[in-house]
Amino acid sequence: MADKASGNSGDSPHTGDNRPALALHVPEPRSRPGDPVNFADVDVGAPGDMPRPDEGCAPGDMKDLAYGLVRVLGDDNKAYGPWDPKLSPDTLRTMLGHMAMVRAFDERMFRGQRQGKTSFYMKCTGEEATSVSASMALASDDMVFPSYRQQGILIARGYPLIEMINQIYSNKGDKLKGRQLPIMYSSREHSFFSISGNLATQTPQAVGWAMASAIKGDSRIAATWVGEGSTAEGDFHSACTFATVYNAPVILNVINNQWAISSFSGFAGSERTTFAARALGYGLAGLRVDGNDALACYAAQQWAANRARANQGPTLIEYFTYRAEGHSTSDDPSGYRSAQEREEWPLGDPVMRLKKHMIAIGEWDEERQQAMDLKCAEEVKAATKEAEKNGILGHGLHHPFKTMFEDVFEELPWHLKEQAEQATRERKIKWPDQHPKDGAGK
Amino acid sequence: MSAGDVKNAVTTEQAQGEDERRINMIEAINEALDIMLKRDPDTIVMGEDVGYFGGVFRATAGLQEKHGKTRVFDTPISECGIIGVAVGMGAYGLRPIPEIQFADYIYPGLDQLISEAARLRYRSATDYIAPMTVRSPFGGGIFGGQTHSQSPEALFTHVAGLKTVIPATPYDAKGLLIASIEDNDPVIFFEPKRIYNGPFTGFYDKPVEPWKKHKDSVVPEGYYKIPLGKARQVTEGEQLTVLAYGTMVHVAEAVCADKGIEADILDLRTLMPLDIEAIEASVKRTGRCLIVHEATRTSGFGAELSALVTERCFYHLEAPVERVTGFDTPYPHSLEWAYFPGPVRIGEAIDKILKD
Ligand SMILES: Cc1ncc(C[n+]2csc(CCOP(=O)(O)OP(=O)(O)O)c2C)c(N)n1
Ligand SMILES: [Mg+2]
Repeated sequence: MADKASGNSGDSPHTGDNRPALALHVPEPRSRPGDPVNFADVDVGAPGDMPRPDEGCAPGDMKDLAYGLVRVLGDDNKAYGPWDPKLSPDTLRTMLGHMAMVRAFDERMFRGQRQGKTSFYMKCTGEEATSVSASMALASDDMVFPSYRQQGILIARGYPLIEMINQIYSNKGDKLKGRQLPIMYSSREHSFFSISGNLATQTPQAVGWAMASAIKGDSRIAATWVGEGSTAEGDFHSACTFATVYNAPVILNVINNQWAISSFSGFAGSERTTFAARALGYGLAGLRVDGNDALACYAAQQWAANRARANQGPTLIEYFTYRAEGHSTSDDPSGYRSAQEREEWPLGDPVMRLKKHMIAIGEWDEERQQAMDLKCAEEVKAATKEAEKNGILGHGLHHPFKTMFEDVFEELPWHLKEQAEQATRERKIKWPDQHPKDGAGK
Repeated sequence: MSAGDVKNAVTTEQAQGEDERRINMIEAINEALDIMLKRDPDTIVMGEDVGYFGGVFRATAGLQEKHGKTRVFDTPISECGIIGVAVGMGAYGLRPIPEIQFADYIYPGLDQLISEAARLRYRSATDYIAPMTVRSPFGGGIFGGQTHSQSPEALFTHVAGLKTVIPATPYDAKGLLIASIEDNDPVIFFEPKRIYNGPFTGFYDKPVEPWKKHKDSVVPEGYYKIPLGKARQVTEGEQLTVLAYGTMVHVAEAVCADKGIEADILDLRTLMPLDIEAIEASVKRTGRCLIVHEATRTSGFGAELSALVTERCFYHLEAPVERVTGFDTPYPHSLEWAYFPGPVRIGEAIDKILKD
């Protein structure tokens, strides 16, 4: 071969001069299918233990918060320590209601996908607090840049269930015109950015929105959510750099649910440090919180929001939680992780913990819980029925064909006009029975 | 070399596989990787979820267990990192075979591919090369929406220094992947995910046939390779030439069969290097040329093909060259079958080419 380097490492490795042979480390999770699970080595600290610094604190003066774990709810279901947000019973009931609704919604949509009503769905089971509680600590007009697992934000912001289902079914009621994969919502009205399938792209965008708000002397801040696996993408690191350089009024929420499809968090660097500790190298405030503790999630977001709103800088928050279900409807986690993990997770279930807390403080009981669960299930069922009137995912007959060509540009150029005519011509041949009035027309 | 030679070359290759073992495209890819991991200790398979789990499409299933964790491993979710470390490994002398989970997610790695891998040989005057093969599932037809359906091949054929390979059958997938891995230049190996399990004909409402009913699912067990730059003659005919690759080979074949057209269908197999001899020979014989790809039309690879055919076969052409492609929009979700360049669009183009 003519090449000097022929793509063959050729000579034996250079291990002369008494230098030791190197060895590659490849991370390995604590357990694989069938293995027993033991989380004893996971230090979760104690509720109420972490100090709550002033919101203007310099990042370097609160390093412990990037390594410890902010927890409020104790094993006895009482709230402890300086991070207790001391929410009113009504706010707690609202929060629990949203979390229960998210769970009921996920159950039903997952089943809908299995029944062939749509192509895809993603649950957030076990992570409800990280979106519901956190977003409740923001103002409703603060801008959010979520990933695909923050349906809790939309529900907490009162986005109608039927709109969500229309989108999931890609039906003719879908405000996104059947263009996006299910759950890739968008609602400007709810200050909820259009979700991208490309991981971590939303993180610098959130920083940019926050910079814009600061440029204009606005009072709204921005927050973004990103999975721990996705923090490996360059976009996330650009977000951190821009956030610190411009002291942007932004909150970077990292949802560490331990898994990124089949890859455990070690493949994003968790074997050697925490995700919150990433903040320190960038000069951002870093908080690490129990993501299954709804009160801690609220408190951390509130702290970061106050900080940002007072021009005191950005915050990176790691939510330590667990993805209780598969990655998506396309995934079967029994192929790569032990089913026991979910049961053994040391920080429990966020919905149950909040419920027990409210019972413990005398503001809730099992009967009301049951009634609420039933009401959620019924509301979702009713919304599903209503949405189904607009159709379920089919073979391209729900949206007028011309909508496929709209919005590529603000105006339709000649070539897209021609292509739209082609599509309409094809429709008449491919789906001759379909009357234009069905919404399938030109 | 004529199209006939191409056909003969293919037949000889196939003659090596005497057994009637039939496998699908995923299995063929898995086998090629397995063979190369065994044959060449410098090969490395890496990517998101490719290790223990064996890949979201199972293409690397069992390989980590067999070849060890430092030969087959998961990576952080950073396509920039995946391609970047593959360049570094290549500089050391390894032969990395990174997987990008979906072609739609290759973009964060483009700087490493375009500015680095593609030019390394040239800028270092062969001091360093980037002998990597980037595997990635591409194309639509699975209701994957705009981020699991794209066909970005033309972005890569536009870059000097990258090779682009797209198999259309299990037999070719294995032989082309082995050739790509052994190639000393960076190769983008796009796998048409719609046909991983069976040769899709474009008639989406008809049942899908599994690969085992297709002749090209007969794949020899051992090592063999198909040279890059040699097209495959799918069918022979005098009425027109059809240039296609990936899923669209099967769609075009089914449409011609359906319409009773005798077409000279060439499966290009590799876009760079391109088998210009086979293309020229065929078009000069038939005088008519249809180009089919699923990717968006404007500046798509079909534009390159059309220009080449026009430049080289102009005086043999009896009708303008036609392109059938995806529309110039992001890949839609619910209107997938309205978007897909299926039998109707292809049929119309054929009628137009044959009109007079
Ligand atoms: C740029 C890019 N690369 C790869 C993928 C494929 N992918 C989709 S989700 C996912 C895992 C993400 O894990 P994590 O960030 O931890 O979020 P989680 O799913 O746990 O919420 C991968 C690899 C993608 N969508 N985008
Ligand atoms: Mg995760």
